[in-house]
Amino acid sequence: MMISVGNIEKSYGEVKALRGVSLEVKEGELFGLIGPDGAGKTSLIRILVTLLKPDVGSATVNELDVVKDFRKLRNQIGYMPGRFSLYPDLTVEENMTFFATVFGTTIEENYHLVKDIYQQIEPFKERLAGRLSGGMKQKLALSCALIHAPKVLVLDEPTTGVDAVSRKEFWEMLKRLQKMGITILVSTPYMDEANLCDRVALIQDGKILTIDTPEKVTQSFGHKLWAIRSDNMYLCIRHLREHSESDSVFAFGEYLHVTWKDQDMQADEMEKYLSDLGHTNVEVKRTEPGIEDVFMDLMQKHDN
Amino acid sequence: MKQLLGFIRKEFRHIFRDPRTMIILFGIPIVQLLLFGYVITTEIKDARIAILDKSHDEVTREITHKLLSSGYFKLDAMLDNEGQIDNIFRQGNVKEVVVFQDDFGKRLKRDGQANVQVIADASDPNTAQLLSNYTNAIVQDYLQKKFVNYKIPLEIKPQVRMLFNESLVGAFMYVPGTMALILIIISAMMTSITIVREKEMGTMEILLVSPLKSHHIIIGKVTPYLILSVINAVTIVILGNLVFGVPVRGSLILLMFVVILYIMLALSLGILISTIAASQFSAMFVSIMALMLPTMLLSGFIYPIDNMPVVLQVLSNIMPARWFIEAVKAVMLKGVGAGYIWKQLLIMAGMTIFFLGISVKKFKLRLE
Repeated sequence: MMISVGNIEKSYGEVKALRGVSLEVKEGELFGLIGPDGAGKTSLIRILVTLLKPDVGSATVNELDVVKDFRKLRNQIGYMPGRFSLYPDLTVEENMTFFATVFGTTIEENYHLVKDIYQQIEPFKERLAGRLSGGMKQKLALSCALIHAPKVLVLDEPTTGVDAVSRKEFWEMLKRLQKMGITILVSTPYMDEANLCDRVALIQDGKILTIDTPEKVTQSFGHKLWAIRSDNMYLCIRHLREHSESDSVFAFGEYLHVTWKDQDMQADEMEKYLSDLGHTNVEVKRTEPGIEDVFMDLMQKHDN
Repeated sequence: MKQLLGFIRKEFRHIFRDPRTMIILFGIPIVQLLLFGYVITTEIKDARIAILDKSHDEVTREITHKLLSSGYFKLDAMLDNEGQIDNIFRQGNVKEVVVFQDDFGKRLKRDGQANVQVIADASDPNTAQLLSNYTNAIVQDYLQKKFVNYKIPLEIKPQVRMLFNESLVGAFMYVPGTMALILIIISAMMTSITIVREKEMGTMEILLVSPLKSHHIIIGKVTPYLILSVINAVTIVILGNLVFGVPVRGSLILLMFVVILYIMLALSLGILISTIAASQFSAMFVSIMALMLPTMLLSGFIYPIDNMPVVLQVLSNIMPARWFIEAVKAVMLKGVGAGYIWKQLLIMAGMTIFFLGISVKKFKLRLE
């Protein structure tokens, strides 16, 4: 196991950030830590990169304990914090050189690792890092995190606040790094990014809800899922929630995702219910569950 | 070592690219020195003087009239004999006494030379200096206008004597004082701010995760400021010498040693502040409140320590600047060797080790 976390708890005063988290990441895996803001993702990541000590439990990265062996471990981890954490008053190249020097290496030595990414920002290497666009900043930060050829790359919400195109590019880069044999742990609040990971852990309120491949996670969704819409979505949510047989109703893009306590509920029944309440242009169809549906479902169970 | 050099290079770039830092580093020292040197002087107006005229002739009357009508001086008393001079100074009303020798006018015509003695109260050195200069200028001016037709240049030599403070050492006070103040601002405030900035920007997170050890980070942060502070100290000494004539009578090497020791002390204070302060603002606030004001008020820089209430005198013992100013004054003005200032050096070294010890203990290897 590349990363192994055993029953970790962490509190900040009264606030419990992690309540007994366990997970394992295999070597060479692209592992996603999926959860909303405040779920405990950053706390877990900071423990793994030796920035915080767990209150209870232990964790190892590449067989090294994150508390006892933190010095050795710091050489082997590439870490990209959630906030842009490079020097805005240094140029792209100066940032790279600095981090290479700090890790006792040079840009040339590990150029093959960062080549794909760095080439895209190399035309701007004389520019101050603070004047880069959001996407380019992320690329630079990733290059800096990789410059010492780490065995494990840990990224805390790397795509938060980045435009859609840059997000897609960023995930493609992660895939290529994975092919080079780097184990990657990435956290994100975006459910749609879960499908890009080998395995994901859904985390909420400092607890892991489930760990599996994205496919298996979605398959675990035990209900028939319906996508419903009408001209008045606001009333539509209310009316469906008022229905005695409805189980869960969530807005999901331009549709509502709905499950029923009665799995045999038919489409025309639902259409009729809504039409009778005065809805126009009612549309009802079956749909496949996504990670977010599973998440909502698990969260609901968890809360109860 | 390479890591450390890389870190120091990065730190210099931060400094040179930030105009505010550059202004604080190089603008403030010069401005402050010139401010203390030039602007903070007492303007002379209606200074009370006494005159002892042993001659009572036309020339002395004209000079006296000219002095009193200049606006700078106001007559307090006409004296009859020399015995009164000491007494009138002790009473404290009079800042200066002008003494004309007997047969002043005759000697001037006959010998081309007559003496007027100017005695000033130099317990306020700047004022004494100014008063005597003004007196001198007025007398010379009178001479030139009155004897414009004489071929040989006539001479009246005012014999100036600064009582209580012959060499005007008090005027040199602000150079060591400014040095103490500036070095503590630059070294302590700037280092604490620059370390806290890394925390604030989140870059400390990456530095901590890197293989850099805490002493790498601290030394890397501090070295540029040590170098720049030494440059500053040298600038102040040179400027003090060229502009204000403050001498370096002792060994320059010893002076630099004192300066470097004091800078290290200030840097260790800066590191200590950085381990306590959570934001750049609080680092600045702590530096100003805890270092700058006490340094100005309690170090003996502006107010003499001997004149302070006992409580403040005791408190002044923990002011690093106090020991620095004592040592620097001793080396610069008295020209003493290391043997005379070992106590000050020892205290400063002890303080440095003490602050560094706490800082290293408090420096966090993790985020909490």
